Amino acid sequence: MKRIITLTVQDRSGVLNRVTGLLQRRQFNIESISVGPTETEGISKMTLVVEIEDEQRLEQVTKQLNKQIDVLKVSDITDKAIVVRELALIKVASSSHLRSEINGIIDPFRASIIDVSKESLAVQITGRPEKIDALIELLRPYGIKEIARTGLTAFLRGYQPQVNELATYSLIK
Amino acid sequence: MKVEAKQLEFQTSIAPKTGADLLIDLLKNEGVDTLFGYPGGAVLPIYDAIYRAQGTIKHILFRHEQGMIHAAEGYARITGKPGVVIATSGPGATNLVTGITDAMMDSLPLVVFTGQVARSVIGTDAFQEADVMAITTPITKHNYQVQSISDLPRIVKEAFHIASTGRPGPVLVDIPKDISAGVLVEEPEKACIDLPGYQPTTKPNPLQIKKLADSVAKAKKPVILAGAGVLHGKASRELTAFAEKHQLPVVTTLLGLGAFPADSPLSLGMGGMHGTYAANIALYETDLLINIGARFDDRLTGNLKHFAPHAKVAHIDIDPAEIGKNVPTQIPIVSDAKEALVELIVQTAESPENKAWLETLHQYKQEYPLWYKHEPDGMCPQWLIEAVHKVTNGEAIVTTDVGQHQMWAAQYYTFKEPHRWITSGGLGTMGFGFPAAIGAQIASPESTVVAIVGDGGFQMTLQELSVIYERNLPVKIIIVNNGALGMVRQWQELLHGNRISESILHTQPDFVKLAESYGIRGMKIDNQEDLITFLPELFAHDGPVLVDCRVRQQEKVFPMIAPGKGIHEMIGVKPS
Ligand SMILES: Cc1ncc(C[n+]2csc(CCOP(=O)(O)OP(=O)(O)O)c2C)c(N)n1
Ligand SMILES: [Mg+2]
Repeated sequence: MKRIITLTVQDRSGVLNRVTGLLQRRQFNIESISVGPTETEGISKMTLVVEIEDEQRLEQVTKQLNKQIDVLKVSDITDKAIVVRELALIKVASSSHLRSEINGIIDPFRASIIDVSKESLAVQITGRPEKIDALIELLRPYGIKEIARTGLTAFLRGYQPQVNELATYSLIK
Repeated sequence: MKVEAKQLEFQTSIAPKTGADLLIDLLKNEGVDTLFGYPGGAVLPIYDAIYRAQGTIKHILFRHEQGMIHAAEGYARITGKPGVVIATSGPGATNLVTGITDAMMDSLPLVVFTGQVARSVIGTDAFQEADVMAITTPITKHNYQVQSISDLPRIVKEAFHIASTGRPGPVLVDIPKDISAGVLVEEPEKACIDLPGYQPTTKPNPLQIKKLADSVAKAKKPVILAGAGVLHGKASRELTAFAEKHQLPVVTTLLGLGAFPADSPLSLGMGGMHGTYAANIALYETDLLINIGARFDDRLTGNLKHFAPHAKVAHIDIDPAEIGKNVPTQIPIVSDAKEALVELIVQTAESPENKAWLETLHQYKQEYPLWYKHEPDGMCPQWLIEAVHKVTNGEAIVTTDVGQHQMWAAQYYTFKEPHRWITSGGLGTMGFGFPAAIGAQIASPESTVVAIVGDGGFQMTLQELSVIYERNLPVKIIIVNNGALGMVRQWQELLHGNRISESILHTQPDFVKLAESYGIRGMKIDNQEDLITFLPELFAHDGPVLVDCRVRQQEKVFPMIAPGKGIHEMIGVKPS
């Protein structure tokens, strides 16, 4: 199962190394990782997407992460009400006569063209990872030259429904 | 580089206070009395400060960094205080890697200071530069590289705090040379610990304690598994009180030996791969397993499928990550061992009705005791351990190396008291035993300290003979000399079709002459009579002694749970 885990960490040298090293050593697959500063100086937030077989392993990884001295908080937010976003840049092979066709495809995704050259154009899209996947599939027939994705970042929504309202609500399976 | 050279020059004239002087002050403030060290370029400023401290802090010069860090581990095991290690950058630091890993696996508090090249050249592959931070990240509880002299007081304070609280472990502090050589402009402010992410839980949850007490009352076949956590928590007395109050039988792990008196009727001895029949069958048949401070290591549990299959499992551990890691746990209790035991003792719940269980276990003990047979072709190593036990009254501090002799020592050197047993459990580090004994003797000068070592492992760190001579540390070294890497030989004989591949030591030094060349008394003994005659006198000798004891090569450690087998599938439980 895929889980979204957020870490609040002290912004000290080596902390990213400790976290990724630990995951590697305990054989957890990191699908994506994103890191950045938070509203508090000296505190950073990491968002990990990891592939984990079962609850027991999930509990183990959470505990191991929590044990790190510079890790302040570990939360598995997968089953909470959350806002999830990722940004992707997609370079598509395209001559000028295809440009408006591509525009028509990306428009419903609220993506935009941010760079144009003779042979290619670059699309920028933000959204949930599935939405990005979907656009990539639609653009593939045109010839994708390069993709750069930031990895997912997420946090809790302001309103958290009661547990029974949540039921099967989940953003990534 | 230039700046650094200038600073060094400056220091040799009558010196203003440097980062290194500050470090020595900070160590004294932490109550450090002994440094386990080895000098080199990157720590020259620190050694200059040690010189200037004029003996107000004791420094022991070892002959190899691995030896000195194992000695620091032995010291930590006996005192409960962090062992303090100083090594130079590059090769000095990398020579420590085995010992740091060993301390991490066995939860021993160490504070390790390594020199580093000056900040201006870090990352340039400078002479004797190694990426010690990256190398030690997975093998330390935490590590620091000092980036400014003003951080030094806080970092040293935090390092000692982290190493010695919660689940103890090694902390490394990497000090660039320009920091230790740097001149202190003003006396830094008193440091405060700033560790919002580190708050170990030490008090148990009362609801879980109640749940455990109720489960004890209802159990028919309860058993306690006592690990090193009981020793780290200094909770042996509380463990004994709890076990006796409810008549609960106790199995100890390899590292937990001594946590519960071996001569108590409730003691089942050691569990695991070479544990007793009664201990292992108790772990198999139990309906309530109370683990206190053990981590369900695979050498204890055997194949997890067959481990305590009928049991409700309670686990008391100060490290939450250990609970449920290997064995599903119904009653998790994150706590210091002593705090939890004290709470358990005051619970009013009934004692279990487990007379029948105790009777069964008693029968197992009678029916399947540890055994060995005397053979005509050489001294029996098990008997040798019993002889050492006898001559030391079972009261010595015993360290071991790794291999067959370690298991025989664990089986036959039984303890009445805690904190007398020092062995490398988790990492199984050959070369550990002898230097660990040096650390133990430094920590406890009045105690008899015996290093029970193999002929293989002793040769990995024997250069420290210089240290026991130089300091007149009366360590007694018993080489259980079977002319082989015995444990490897045993596995090859039993599990690899008797193909004895590269595990016989065809040539060996003359250990007696070797000892003598270091100025130490040595003796070779190859039969029982001589051992009985000379051992008392050798142990009475007021100085270090090395005894090269020749024992049967073919002897094997039994009982044994073969790898992959369940805890109830022991072989060699009875003489064949
Ligand atoms: C540093 C290291 N290398 C290799 C091993 C693997 N090993 C485990 S026991 C053993 C044999 C030890 O021989 P010896 O010290 O003579 O002890 P014995 O088993 O004969 O009592 C070996 C090689 C180890 N544990 N540690
Ligand atoms: Mg041997």
